[in-house]
Amino acid sequence: MFVLFVGFKLYPYISAFWLSLTKNVGGDIEFAGLENYTRLLQDPLFYKALGNTGIILLVQVPIMLVLAIVLAVAFNSVLLKFRAFWRTAYFVPIVMGLVAYGILFRALFNTNEGFVNYLIGFIGLDPIPWLGDPLWAKISIVVAMTWHYTGQNAIIYLAQMQSIGGELYEAAHVDGATAFQRFWHVTVPGLRPAIVLTVILSTIGTLQLFDEPYVLTNGGPDNATLTVGMYLYQNGFKYFDFGYASAIGYALTIIIGVISLIQLRLFKEKS
Amino acid sequence: MSDTNIVARKKPVRSLVLTTAIAAGAVLMILPFYWLLIATTYGAHDIFSTPPHFLPGPAFVDNFLGLFRDTLFGRAMVNSMLVSTTYTALGLIVCTAAGYAFAKFKFRGQGIMFGALLVTLALPSQVTLVPLFQIMVSLGWLDSYQALILPNLALPFGIFLMRQTMYAIPDEMIQAARIDGASEFRVFSQIVLPTVRPALSALAIFLFLAQWNDFVYPLVVLRTPESFTVPVALASLQGIGTTDYGQLLMGTMLSMLPVLILFLFLQRQFVAGILAGAVKQ
Repeated sequence: MFVLFVGFKLYPYISAFWLSLTKNVGGDIEFAGLENYTRLLQDPLFYKALGNTGIILLVQVPIMLVLAIVLAVAFNSVLLKFRAFWRTAYFVPIVMGLVAYGILFRALFNTNEGFVNYLIGFIGLDPIPWLGDPLWAKISIVVAMTWHYTGQNAIIYLAQMQSIGGELYEAAHVDGATAFQRFWHVTVPGLRPAIVLTVILSTIGTLQLFDEPYVLTNGGPDNATLTVGMYLYQNGFKYFDFGYASAIGYALTIIIGVISLIQLRLFKEKS
Repeated sequence: MSDTNIVARKKPVRSLVLTTAIAAGAVLMILPFYWLLIATTYGAHDIFSTPPHFLPGPAFVDNFLGLFRDTLFGRAMVNSMLVSTTYTALGLIVCTAAGYAFAKFKFRGQGIMFGALLVTLALPSQVTLVPLFQIMVSLGWLDSYQALILPNLALPFGIFLMRQTMYAIPDEMIQAARIDGASEFRVFSQIVLPTVRPALSALAIFLFLAQWNDFVYPLVVLRTPESFTVPVALASLQGIGTTDYGQLLMGTMLSMLPVLILFLFLQRQFVAGILAGAVKQ
């Protein structure tokens, strides 16, 4: 057990750090100091990948989490009929693996004969070049991820919501609060722990995004959906530049660490 | 439930509007599955048509047989099944034993090891792709089952989950059993394990799904098509321009069958496993 952990977990992390300080010169591994990192800071493609990942993150995570809260409120409402059935319907996309749903959405987003464009045509819109246009390709990934993960987040919120005491709602009701006021002043504060959790986890997950762009768009068109995770993979296993790939890995680690700390700090200040 | 009916009856219009809105959204969520199911029943040249098909076609059996005849997808299913079930069984043993050691025993270096565990839990696993590839090359383990199974057996998340769960078991309970003369193995198997069963089943589902769906790491260490797991096989089929689309979508549908079956039969444990996994990502 100890051997497994040290050999396949601890050692690889240490080894990757060492690798990030080396470069391959004609087959010989040489110590290169911080060269990979300074190269990274001047690499326009790295900034492009970082920017793409950031845009997808900033658009997808808020949309998904707001939708998930709305869904959870609905699932929790006594006005909704067949609640268990709808919960299952929204949760079930999670049973598809990342590669599988990537392939499925690639077919659905087909420009000429895809199902999505058929539905859009139905309400009178022109076909959209989903995967062929830099902006629409990002939107395609956002749509696919939202389909896949929203139900899961709604279930997390629902679990938290059911632990909010009914007496708080009754007190608000007695005080004459409207439904929206009850939602804003009772439900949202009660959901806080779940919101902190989902924001941080979705952020970390999206910063490591790889499978969806690999299958859905292969990073294209024109690197418009190249993510940091894909750039790491390309450098490591297409160009076999292990030093540079490892530097990207640790740069990603630092970025994830800094963003998570900022988020935690922001959440603390607000409370 | 009676509560629901009373309120719903009091506000029938609102209830209808809400239920209709949620139903409309649910149709959008299910529609991709429906399209996939229909697509598997049409031949490659027939799948994309305007207007699209809404009813099943004649080619389901052709696609099914063709997929297993023309591609190595069947082999990939066998690989994935063997690797995922072995990984789940061994992973449960390793994570439970390590979690127990951290929760209920004192040993030298425990603090440092637990610290190392938490650090690796927080670091993105993509960092280890290159070193793991190098390790597998030097061990001669490219294309092997053990390359897929061993690296994630001592899963920091799994060990942490089991440690937290077992930490909550009162020490008195374990002590009492020891005083009654129970062996350490009996204490573990008859006192500890039954108490943590819900966490065990959630972890089992998590481990199976993690291995079944894992993509980037298998993509790196599997080089020959005979060794591919299902996600790698699907991605490579999609990458080949000549791939029959009916067969590809059939494979896509078959790839989710084991997971769907787990979900339908073990819904409560499945949700717990997914939520535990969400905490990890």
